[in-house]
Amino acid sequence: MGTEVVAGGAREEMLRRIRAANGHATDDAAVVETQWNALPRGYKRAGTLGREAKLELLEERLRDYDASVTRARTGAVAAEIARILKERGKRRTVVPQGLAEALGEALPEGFEFVADEGMTTAELDGFEGVVTASTVAIAETGTIVLQNVPGQGRRAPTLVPDYHLCVVRAGDVVETVPEAMARLEATAKLATTFISGPSATADIEMTRIKGVHGPRFLDVILAE
Amino acid sequence: MSGAGLDPRTAPKFQVAARALVGDSQMRKNVRHATKVIQTKRARVVAEMPDWEELREAGKEIRQHTMRHLDFYLEQFERNCTAAGGHVHWARNAEEARQIVVGLVKASGADGKSPSEVIKIKSMTTEEIQLNKALEAAGIHAHETDLAELIIQLGHDQPSHIVVPALHKNRAQIREIFQREMHLPGSDFSNLGGTPQDLADAARRFLREKFLRVKTAVSGANFLVAETGGVCIVESEGNGRMCLTLPETLISVAGIDKVVPRFQDLEVMLQLLPRSATGERMNPYNSIWTGVDKTAAGDGPRTFHVVLMDNARTEILADKEARQTLHCIRCGACLNSCPVYQQTGGHAYGSVYAGPIGAILTPQLMEMHHAQSLPYASSLCGACYEVCPVKINIPEVLIHLRNRVVKQQSAGLNLLVNPEVMALKAVAMVFRSEGVFRASQKLGRLAELPLSRKDGQGVGWIEWMPGMLGGWSQVRDLRVMPKQTFRQWFEQREKARAKKAASDGN
Repeated sequence: MGTEVVAGGAREEMLRRIRAANGHATDDAAVVETQWNALPRGYKRAGTLGREAKLELLEERLRDYDASVTRARTGAVAAEIARILKERGKRRTVVPQGLAEALGEALPEGFEFVADEGMTTAELDGFEGVVTASTVAIAETGTIVLQNVPGQGRRAPTLVPDYHLCVVRAGDVVETVPEAMARLEATAKLATTFISGPSATADIEMTRIKGVHGPRFLDVILAE
Repeated sequence: MSGAGLDPRTAPKFQVAARALVGDSQMRKNVRHATKVIQTKRARVVAEMPDWEELREAGKEIRQHTMRHLDFYLEQFERNCTAAGGHVHWARNAEEARQIVVGLVKASGADGKSPSEVIKIKSMTTEEIQLNKALEAAGIHAHETDLAELIIQLGHDQPSHIVVPALHKNRAQIREIFQREMHLPGSDFSNLGGTPQDLADAARRFLREKFLRVKTAVSGANFLVAETGGVCIVESEGNGRMCLTLPETLISVAGIDKVVPRFQDLEVMLQLLPRSATGERMNPYNSIWTGVDKTAAGDGPRTFHVVLMDNARTEILADKEARQTLHCIRCGACLNSCPVYQQTGGHAYGSVYAGPIGAILTPQLMEMHHAQSLPYASSLCGACYEVCPVKINIPEVLIHLRNRVVKQQSAGLNLLVNPEVMALKAVAMVFRSEGVFRASQKLGRLAELPLSRKDGQGVGWIEWMPGMLGGWSQVRDLRVMPKQTFRQWFEQREKARAKKAASDGN
């Protein structure tokens, strides 16, 4: 391709310019690693809160950004899912593969849960909502993190439907952002989405409006 | 963005553009309101963080370290992104970047046909290179999907802020634009309500059809992770996720300054950026993805391109004093805090990068050939430095760039025709010799005589000065020089004392 030739020349020239600007070429990975390790990281890298205080902080921060939160004991999560879906009037939802296994409970009766096996966007658009598990949650920022693993699945199903019900296990709640990143590091290459409340905008007169393109409603069940 | 675009090459001087804009009271009211709201929110969530200063320091050090080894990290990113199924392209300048993107869009259509539309995520980098215009010229319409960018695009307007580009428009103005410009089969936008909620709902309806239909997307990038080859985009509305997830082809354009060494470094950036940009603890959505998903079900686009763009960034890197400009993570906090920006809004800067960061970034992106008035668009109060999440010393860079501008303008023949340079040379001569200095003070007192007028208290004031000096007296009066200088007073007092001592001794 014609552009490839141009691009090749551009690559070499850009790297040459960078090296000239820096007065050196960096080719020793060990040197870079030593310097990176020596970077100052005096900020808070571990939480200080006890378990309950941490969960309460997560609840408070999620609510602050317009998500609803309830708690459920292990073994009663399916019942809580049923209660919320009924209250919301959602009967037919899409779910990622492996959700029941991820929750450790069979999904409740009386609802239609359709497993996503690579649905088209138009198909996803026909669902009333989506139910997923999560990888980790950050109390300090009110954030839930999803990755493409069983129980959480592809990114599109948690985006196209207007409603998202997400189950967070108490053991997956951390206090700070650095703790969350440390947990995610091993699976960093998986498609990862941080969700902090429902989709929102403040583009018009700085008025926060809940729900633009992503799900307009986010419910969270904290399972302990 | 649409239309001709804010182009520093053709924009008027900041001081000229600002004079016209400060007369637009609606714009000033909107800008004042928006900047005040974001500043208040930012202050509140920053105060929540006892380790904010440590985070800023870490942010600065990470950026500095990255720039020092930029060649290493870019090559590492390229290797890892390619291994994950992405395609990496390199562009020396805006023209090359535009050619690459247009070529990739054309090739992305089904059965070899160029698509006639793409969906776009708000991206300063693509606006910097006026990508939409180039796409339009190739018969491809770019739909902006960020709400503010949509308002700008449909209103044939220009962005005025890095983070909230339409903050100069209020709800009534936006409603009018939507009613006039939104056309969708089966949807009627003429009875649109006027609340922000109504307007956001209209945007949702209008854009959803595009998200579900258009198969090629163009984005910028907030961070490129060298260690994994991953790309990170932060956003609020979900339009970003739509563009990153649903199309078959995704093309991300990123300045070479966007790379971070490791995944772990995001723990610093993802704390600094949202709190500084929108005053949120975390913005609603962050997406991080690496290459393409090759499994049968497929998560996200099947084809993914990253265009790494220089466009004068290596030139900035070569300037030891100004290279910290490249540390910028585009949060916009410096705009909101700037007393000049608060009065003029963004358009006066004549560039997609407005405010204090625009005042240092734009002239450098133009290799100092254009936008020379921007380093003067500041009172050097330092508010921008105080709020910068990666501690860019903007006032220091402004002064450095003013120096470069002066050197440029006083080089060669310019010296003879530039009255400011000549005046400053004269001042330098006067200050160098005591005799000349004293003589010029006397001369000054004579020269001001015809201009001065006494007020009720008998104090002399100058209300008008001739020529270039008129700029000063236009907005304030100048007190006449005192009858006696400090030196003269001091010398007289010493003389009097010596005399008294001599007479006392007798």
